[in-house]
This record gives sequence, C-alpha cells and structure tokens, in this order.
Amino acid sequence: MSDDLDAWPIIDTTDTLVSVRGAHVRFGAVRGAGAGAVRAVDGVDLEVARGEVLALVGESGCGKTTLIRSMIGLEPLAEGSITVDGHEVTRNARQLRSLRRRAQMIFQDPTGALNPRHTIFEAVAEGLRIHRISGDETELVTAALASAGLRPPERYLRRFPHELSGGQRQRVLIAAAMALDPVVLLADEPVASLDASIRGEILALMRSYVDTHGVSIIAVTHDLGLAWNIADRVAVMYLGRIVELGPTEEVLADPQHPYTRALLSVVPETRRMEQQILQGETPDPSRMPTGCRFHPRCPVVASGEAARLGIEARCRGEDPVLTVRSVGHTAACHL
Amino acid sequence: MTAVSRNEVFRRFRRDRLAMFGLVVLVLFALMAILAPLLVDDDGLSAVASLDNPTWARPSGDFLLGTDHLGRSVAAQFVYGSRVSLFVGLMATIFTIAIGSIVGVVAGFAGRWVDAALMRLTDWFLVIPFLPLAIVLAAVLGRGIWNIIFVISITSWPSTARLVRAQVLTVKERLYVDRARALGASQLHVVRRHVLPNVAPLILASATLAVPISILTETTLAFLGLGDPTQASWGKTLEEAFQAGAISRSAWWYYLPAGLGIVAVVLAFTLFGRALEEILDPRLRER
Repeated sequence: MSDDLDAWPIIDTTDTLVSVRGAHVRFGAVRGAGAGAVRAVDGVDLEVARGEVLALVGESGCGKTTLIRSMIGLEPLAEGSITVDGHEVTRNARQLRSLRRRAQMIFQDPTGALNPRHTIFEAVAEGLRIHRISGDETELVTAALASAGLRPPERYLRRFPHELSGGQRQRVLIAAAMALDPVVLLADEPVASLDASIRGEILALMRSYVDTHGVSIIAVTHDLGLAWNIADRVAVMYLGRIVELGPTEEVLADPQHPYTRALLSVVPETRRMEQQILQGETPDPSRMPTGCRFHPRCPVVASGEAARLGIEARCRGEDPVLTVRSVGHTAACHL
Repeated sequence: MTAVSRNEVFRRFRRDRLAMFGLVVLVLFALMAILAPLLVDDDGLSAVASLDNPTWARPSGDFLLGTDHLGRSVAAQFVYGSRVSLFVGLMATIFTIAIGSIVGVVAGFAGRWVDAALMRLTDWFLVIPFLPLAIVLAAVLGRGIWNIIFVISITSWPSTARLVRAQVLTVKERLYVDRARALGASQLHVVRRHVLPNVAPLILASATLAVPISILTETTLAFLGLGDPTQASWGKTLEEAFQAGAISRSAWWYYLPAGLGIVAVVLAFTLFGRALEEILDPRLRER
C-alpha cells in the first residue's frame, strides 16, 4: 500500500456536508452501555460531500435505517457525534428544529407517512408553517408540487392521500421535503413500496434535485440495482457498522469485503459470479460476535481459505478496521 | 382509523333510522328543558302554592299529568325535572371527558414515568366504589346539584382516560407522526395537528355514551335521597312517589312520566352514541 493511498480519499473535506464520527445507537439499553442492549449502530464513521449521492446498503436489521434516523435526531446517539452542514445533532429542541430544515427525510411507505385526514396542500404546507417560511403559501406549495412532477399542481391541492397512487404519494412527500430547500435528503428505501414501473421515475426525480438544487442524498436500500442507478458512492453496512465504502463502480465491480461479494452474487443481473448463499441468520445485535462481526457467516472462514492464509485466528479474535484498498475505497476485512 | 369526511358522516347518519329517532327524541327533550317556563307554571313545584289543589288527582284538563300527595302538578315536576337531569348529565359528561382526555393524551404522549404515574392514579380512581363514595361526599359536602356532578365526574373519568390513552399510543406510532417530527414539528404541533384530530372522534363517541350513564347515576343518587332537595329532578320525583306510597295507591301518573322520561332520554343518547361510534370507528362498522 503506497503512501498516497493512505490520505483520506476523493472527498474534498472542505465541502463535507454530513459528518458522522464514532456513532453508536443502542436500543433497550439500561442506563447507557449495558449488556443486552441492541447495538443497532455500532461505531460508524462517514462523511458525505455536498451534492453527493450515497447509497447505504445492507440486509434488514443491519442498522442502516437507524443510522439515517439518527442523522435527523429521531434516534438519540449513545456515543459519537453527527454534524449536518455544520450543525451538530443534539437533543436541544430549538437546534433540532433548525437542523431539520437542512436535512429532510423521505419514507419507505408514503401511504403511512401522510396523515389521511390532511389534504395534499396541508401535507406540503406543514413544513412551511413549522419553519415559518415567508412567502405566499399556496404559491410555494404549487411550485413544490410542480417541481416534483405533479402537474398541474392545482389539481392536487384539495385532494386526500387515498385519492392518489403510491407513486404520486411519494412525489408529494418529496415535494414536501424539497419545499423546505434542504441541503440533504435522507431517503429510507424510497422506492421499495412502489411498482417496479415507477421506481425509475422517482429515482430520476430525486437525482434531478441533486443537479438543480445541489442537494445531497443518503439513500438507504437493500437493492444494489438502485445503488448502481443513482449513487456516487456506496456504503455497505453489516451489523451496525460500515464494512465497505467506495465509489459505486468500484464497490460493485471489485468488491473487497466477502459480505459485499455475497450480496452482489445474488443480484440476478450479475450471473457471472458464483452464487454465495450466506449460512445462518444475521446474528443477534445484542450479542455481537467476537473478532470480525461477519466471521460466523463468512464464506472465506467457512471454506477454510482463511485458515490457509493464516488469518483465521485474527478473523475470530480481532475486530478489523476500514483499510484503504484503492483511491477512496475502503473495506474492513483481514483478507 | 381511516378518514371519514364530514359529508360522509352526515350521509351515513341520516340512513340510520334508530340514530335519527334518537336525535329527534333528544331535540324534543332539549326543547322541553329550555322552554320549561313557557310550558308549565312553576307554581306547580311548590307545595305552598299548591295548597288549594286536590291531592292525588288523576290526569285531567286542569292537571295534565295529575297531582301528587301535596297537590303539586306532576306535569310541572316532569318538565322542570328534565332540566336538572339533562344539565347534570351534560355537565358531568363534560368534566368526565375533559379530565379523561387530558389525562389520557398526556399519559399516552409523554410516556415513561409520566404515563406510569398517571395510570397508577387512574387505577386508584377506577377501584373506588362509586356509591359509598357518593354517599360519603354527599354527607361531607352537603346535598346539591354540583356535588352530584362532582361525584359522577370524579368516578367516571378513569375509563375515558384509559380509552384515550390507548388510542394516543397507536396514533403516536404512526409514520406520519415520524414525518412531522422529521419536518421539525414540536411536541405541541404533533399533538394538535396529528394526535388530537385522530383521537377526537373516539372522544366524541365516548361522550355521547357517557351522558346516559351520568343521567342514570343522577337518578340513582336522587332516588337514594342524595340529590338537591330544593330542585325537582326525575330521580327526586321517583323518590318522593315511592316515599308517598304512589305505587300501592296505583297513582301511575305520579311515577310513570319521570320513569319513562329517563328511559327515553337514556335510550335516545345510547342510540345516537352507538351510531356515531360505528360511523367514526371503521372497526365497529365491519360487524
């Protein structure tokens, strides 16, 4: 490994928008760090640049949703810190409110995220009212709806969520989020509940805001195809920690972590890889394995390859840290 | 609970014949209570003013519903009695619902130790035996209409509180509450814009069902002699008829109007409340 690769990669640190340092989120913890607490997010470091699209991938329960919820203060951090556009995520109500104008969230289930008793107008205007944004409310709402592709916007104002399709509802949520002119969109499985036919439209819509508004997007997904389509960088999470991080093409074309390889091998479009079906369920995040958290399911350990390479003892006993593999591409594996 | 538009509520309500019947009965009784001074002479309530009247008179042109053992007009007692019964029923319901809703919303929304403390308090009030408390309070505070309202409210708010708390707990976990938070909404905003509107129909339905219970309770207390001795109420009429031996004298005109009045009002409120509850709560509509 040469020296120039050790420098912190591609991102211009002066333009870092979201910065996560040593973030831990625990559930069911009795008085802070207790045994038996579920370590949903377990030591994450991450930087996202202005105008960047980052995909956060991983299987269910790996803590990816919890991580983006903690970025907006919906889950309190047990340890570590997160700053968004220079504003630290705190528990202080006033500071949280100004943070929540800069970071906006888009939900997986647009039906549940809209109050069934509120009209589309009210749903979009809610944020404007909360933040007392000046200007003509109707004008702002119609402009936001139009920019989200709901045209003509006047037709939607008096309607209720149940009168719209799933894709239209997701557009309403995106319009409501973008009406506040945020610097980062936190998207939690934004298209998972939608028809395959309209997923592309919604992704294109989100991507268009990156170009027109310079907004950053952190998109949680279990769909590597989505990551491939819209993301500049991919972060792979396993059991509360990022195990691989790098430019999308590099991570997907040249995965360094056995877990990423296993994820990729089961994507139908990548038949050139031999399928690796991981053994066993995700371990219980309240009883983290010793050593590398992936070793009980790792095909490299199971096949005996790790033993041949003489790293099996480290896999079982030593927690790997992210090391640089190529420019801007890091992975946490002893291999 | 899914949204039901206001027009839809009216449409469904109009189709429900029993509910419409209940509403008509309620309106008639309300008019009677409000217009009491125009309908009957309140001299009929006073034994002194009724000294010249015949006692135990059967219904006739002079006395529409006859007279009692003191020569007082039963019709006057019936009309004025509806005022007390309806007033106590409505006031007790307002206090019951107000206390119950506030406790339920605060406990459900705040959670943690606030919830635990309020629910223990609720349990404590829930297990207080109603009649002994009513008798003790009437003895301590004296007999009066406000004491009856107080007793009914203090013993019946816990069930409302539990109902409202349960609904708040489910609404609180909805995704749109999360979204409101992510938008930057304060706790107050979430309660006002999302929690209360979704709990209000339940509160309304439970209020219409609490009224007949309150009216019956008032009647019970008055019949036991714990009512206001200076004001005519249906319960008091029943008590006096019983004490004066109206039943053994077959003086049906004395006790029947009050008894039927109670039945009619309670039935009307129940029909109305049930229909409202069914329309506003889709889970009941399926049955």
